[in-house]
Amino acid sequence: MAKVAAGLQYSEEHEWVAREDGNVVSVGISAVATDALGDIVYVDLPEVGSTVTAGETCGEVESTKSVSDLYSPVTGEVTELNTTAVDDPAVINSDPYGSGWLFKVAAVSDGPLLSAEEYAAKNGGEL
Amino acid sequence: MSKHTALYGTHEALGASFTDFGGWQMPLKYSSELAEHHAVRQAAGLFDLSHMGEVWVTGPDAGAFLDYALVGKLSAIADGKAKYSLICNADGGIIDDLLTYRFGPEKYLVVPNAGNAPTVAAELAQRAEGFDVVVENVSEAMSLIAVQGPNAEAILLKLTDDAQHDLVSGLKYYAFDEVTVAGHDVILARTGYTGEDGFELFLPNEGAAALWASISEAGAGLGLIPCGLACRDSLRLEAGMPLYGNELSLEGNPFAAGLGPVVALSKEGDFVGKEALAALKAAGAGTTSGRRLVGLKGLGRRAARSHYPVLKDGAVIGEVTSGQPSPTLGYPVAMAYVDVEHSEIGTALEAELRGKVEAFEVIALPFYKRAK
Repeated sequence: MAKVAAGLQYSEEHEWVAREDGNVVSVGISAVATDALGDIVYVDLPEVGSTVTAGETCGEVESTKSVSDLYSPVTGEVTELNTTAVDDPAVINSDPYGSGWLFKVAAVSDGPLLSAEEYAAKNGGEL
Repeated sequence: MSKHTALYGTHEALGASFTDFGGWQMPLKYSSELAEHHAVRQAAGLFDLSHMGEVWVTGPDAGAFLDYALVGKLSAIADGKAKYSLICNADGGIIDDLLTYRFGPEKYLVVPNAGNAPTVAAELAQRAEGFDVVVENVSEAMSLIAVQGPNAEAILLKLTDDAQHDLVSGLKYYAFDEVTVAGHDVILARTGYTGEDGFELFLPNEGAAALWASISEAGAGLGLIPCGLACRDSLRLEAGMPLYGNELSLEGNPFAAGLGPVVALSKEGDFVGKEALAALKAAGAGTTSGRRLVGLKGLGRRAARSHYPVLKDGAVIGEVTSGQPSPTLGYPVAMAYVDVEHSEIGTALEAELRGKVEAFEVIALPFYKRAK
C-alpha cells in the first residue's frame, strides 16, 4: 500500500504541499502517484519566476511506462526547482516526500487540498 | 473477470503489482521495472508467461494443414525446431503472430498470444475442415515459464542432470527438446521475447509453482529476479520485436510490418490470405506504397508513445505504435508506421508529444542487439 506522509496536504491530482517559511510551499507528488507511474525517467518543471495556477498543468512527469501531467496545487510564483530531481528523477520514486520534492512556490492562494487522512482514505494509502 | 495463471499466488506472495493483459491478471512488476529490465540484460529474469496460448495440431495432415492455415511453410520445419509465423484472414489482415514447434511430421504445438488464443484456436478448428488433423486448445491447462538473460543457461544447468547438460548447452536458438528440469518433465525451448539468450519452459499447471520456486532458488546467486510484463515490453521494444495490438493488427499487413519474408507466397497449394497477400506484395505494400514500420530514435529526452502522430515538416505522415525511454540505450525509442517515402534510415522526422513537437530520426531495427 502506498505511503501517505502525515502533516502534508494533498491535491486530488496527487501533488503534495508542505508549508515552508512564510507563504512559501514546496510541492511534490505522492507515493500513490509514483507507484502508479512506475520508474520516473524525466520530469518537466515550470521555470523559476513563472506563475503557476492552482488546478492547472505546470509540467509533466514521465516514467518508463507512461506520462502524466503535473498540476499545481497552489497559485503563485515559482521560486526554486529541485535540480537534483531533474538530473536524477529516480529520487522521486525512492523518496517522494523528501529529496524527491519538485518545486517551491510563493503561494498567494491554495487550490482545494485534502488532509493526509482524507487523501489516504480516498486513495487507499497508508499513513 | 480476468483469469489467473497457476502462479498467481506466487506473484501475490512476491508483492507483484498486477495488470490485466489479454484477459489475464498478470504481474506488471515486482519491484522496479527498470531494475527488472537491467537484470535480464545483465544477469537473468524469471517470467510467468502462462497467459500465452498452447494449441496442439496432430494427425497425418498436420503439416499440410498448417501450411494452409498459416502464411509460412511450417511443414518444412525440422523436428525439434520452432518457427515464427502469422495467421492472416482472407484479406491479408493479421489475426495473430505465433510460434510453431514441430515435434514430428504429425505433431505440432502452436503458441498464439494470450488475448488471441481463443480466436486462433477457433480459426484453426474452422480451417481444419477437410484435413485429417485434431486441433486441441490446451491453453488453460499449460503453464509457460521463461528464464531470460546471459545467465539463463547456467541456471538451467544447475537444475538438470549431468546426462542432459550437453542437450541444454547444445540447444540452438529456436530449437527445443523434452528435458527434466528440477524433477519436472518440460518442453524446453531456446526462445524468447527479450533480445537476450534464454529459455521458455512449457509444463502442466500442476508443476508450475514448484518449478518457479526451484528456478528462483537456483538463480538467486546468479542475479535472477522475477520480472513482470512492464520490462518484457521494454525488452522486446529494444529488440525491435513487434507486439500484437501495437505493431500488428487486422488492419495492417505483413509487408508493411516488415514481415514480408515470413509470407511464403511460393509454397505449394493455397493458404488463407494468399490471393490478398500476393496482391499487396505486387502493389509494393511497405516498400513503394502505403506505410512501413520503422524504428525512431528520439533526439530529446521525451518519449513518443503509442498513437502519437509522426510529422514531416508539420504534416502528419505516420503514427507511433510503441515507444518509451530505452533503459539500456538511455534515449527514447519508438516504432512507428510512416509513409514509405519517409522511411529511409537517417530521415529526420518529428513526433507530436501532447501538443509539443520533438525531433526524431529513423534508425535501423533492432535498437539493441546483444553481443554474441
